[in-house]
Amino acid sequence: MNSLLPFEWILATRFMREGFLQTLFIIAGVALGVAVIVFMSSLINGLQSSIIRRTLDYQAQIIVLPPEEVARSLRETETNQANSAILIQPRAQRLRSVDQWQKVRELALNIKGVTVVSPIVSGAGFVLRADANRAVAITGIEPETYLQLIALKAKIIAGKPELTTSDIVIGTELAKDLGVWLNDKIILQTASGASVTLIVCGIFDYGNKGQNERAVYVALRTAQSLLNLPGGATSVEINLNDPYQAQIVGEQIQTQTGLKVDSWITTNKELFTALYGQKITFFVIRLFVGLTAALGIASVLVVSVVQKSKEIGILRATGTTRIQILRIFLLQGALFGLIGSIFGSAASWGLLIAWRNLAKNPDGTPFFVLSFDPMYFVYAGLGAMLVGIISAVFPAQRAARLDPAVAIRG
Amino acid sequence: MIDTSITLRLEGIKKAYGIGTKAETEVLHGIDLILKRGEFCALIGPSGSGKSTLLNIIGLLDNATSGKLFLTGVATEGLDDKAITKLRATAIGFVFQFHNLLPAFTAIENVMLPLIAANGYPNDEMRQRAIELIDKVELTQWGEHLTNDLSGGQQQRTAIARALVMNPALVLADEPTGNLDTKSADTVFDLMRTVSKTSGTTFLIVTHDPRLAMRCDRIIELIDGRIDSDKPNITNMNKTQ
Repeated sequence: MNSLLPFEWILATRFMREGFLQTLFIIAGVALGVAVIVFMSSLINGLQSSIIRRTLDYQAQIIVLPPEEVARSLRETETNQANSAILIQPRAQRLRSVDQWQKVRELALNIKGVTVVSPIVSGAGFVLRADANRAVAITGIEPETYLQLIALKAKIIAGKPELTTSDIVIGTELAKDLGVWLNDKIILQTASGASVTLIVCGIFDYGNKGQNERAVYVALRTAQSLLNLPGGATSVEINLNDPYQAQIVGEQIQTQTGLKVDSWITTNKELFTALYGQKITFFVIRLFVGLTAALGIASVLVVSVVQKSKEIGILRATGTTRIQILRIFLLQGALFGLIGSIFGSAASWGLLIAWRNLAKNPDGTPFFVLSFDPMYFVYAGLGAMLVGIISAVFPAQRAARLDPAVAIRG
Repeated sequence: MIDTSITLRLEGIKKAYGIGTKAETEVLHGIDLILKRGEFCALIGPSGSGKSTLLNIIGLLDNATSGKLFLTGVATEGLDDKAITKLRATAIGFVFQFHNLLPAFTAIENVMLPLIAANGYPNDEMRQRAIELIDKVELTQWGEHLTNDLSGGQQQRTAIARALVMNPALVLADEPTGNLDTKSADTVFDLMRTVSKTSGTTFLIVTHDPRLAMRCDRIIELIDGRIDSDKPNITNMNKTQ
């Protein structure tokens, strides 16, 4: 016997080896539970982050807009007067610039966690070419910042999104409708009549027909002059290191500037509800898997205590304290959990690799990226150990309370 | 004053079960007993006379309802579980009829267990001590075997070795030869006698076997929870001394 190993360890491991088949079964059970949990964690987290990433590919995390214009009644309502019938119609929102957007940008860049701030001028217009004309949503961008904000660059299938004031980037669908390709000229016009001739310098494919048909990108200056907002920006868009901080940072900007601020978390409420529902479902599944493993460990140990009651009696008679008996069984629970989680982690590692190789899109890219965090294994190990110890509490107490006189005689 | 020649002193030990209920029964009605150092005593009596109960009380495995128990001069009244366990481990060795050993361990390891339990960790001295005792009970070749590989007599000899490992003042043996054939029983019994003589350990042996009782130095007979007779075994004294 190794002199570094404490009494309780020696007893616990010998007991486990003695009931080899029981030990094997319960470890297999725990391993299976851990494998399911780790595999599902990777799958669900991978799926969720992939959905979120796809969402954030096409929209900024925080959008700063000018405050909404509100119509006010000219006649003040006095408290004593009978309520006069005042009808206030909400007013139409003009296209306006964010007041002093450069200051907003400066302020935003000084906030911790902000990675990129980009001014946008957006409005409605038409593109014309010969007899064809199409309604489009114009987005005037500052390419160097905007391309960090939105995954436009990755979606370009021809040309480059290097916009000068005479360039335009359009979608594949629009290019088809107009019968244009790179370096062709088209006319961009707004409702107010302002128009400009631009050269197609890039064509994108967002994989979405509406977007490919409607979205056009021009340089910030081009949009400013077309939409009659010289030097202005209709919104300032912001990205962060951690997208989940968007709400907090957004509120901070709102209080500091008094402007209207939207975060992607509020504008994508539906998505979040769905993801949250998924998380809850997953939590419940995890809970039940954990509970099943715990009950398995507990029942194996209860049986073991009954089987070993005479041996426990002998141990108690020959100088083993109640606490030592308690620890022997708690340790067995912890070991069941730990060993089970090691095998379970190995199994789920294999499963994850198999999944990565099997679940592929037709083009060979992974169907969705699994998030392969080694910390899952650490958490699973610690969690399983904790579950093991907790489920061993009851059997261990029973063992410790055994009356040695009764145990030996019985 | 602690009299070192007295290993065990019982004063008015009573034991009742089901106290406060209608079924309250007293099984020991006030036992007074003194066992001296090195005495080799048999405790006999018919079934239900309270032998096992008395043995459990002496072995600190059970509490008396009233009365006083002094073990090597230490009063056991009011000690907590930890202190009782420690006193039991150091002052008393047990040899039971069945299930003496842990089958997951070898003979030597079984002998070591009380030492490891007391110390927390095993060490080489403990092993040496266990090997010495295994030699003493003549199981040298069997020391590294799991106890299930040993015969009944060998298992009881291992149990004796374990009972002696802490150098206890008192060894309590409950039918130690009860499930052995006559030859093995004799070997085990002789071993206990030798140990008692050479180390001065007091033995109290519960037995049904009159043949064994007759070979002890003192025979205490318990009937219906009272000591019916307690006398030196003159025939045996003459024969051995």
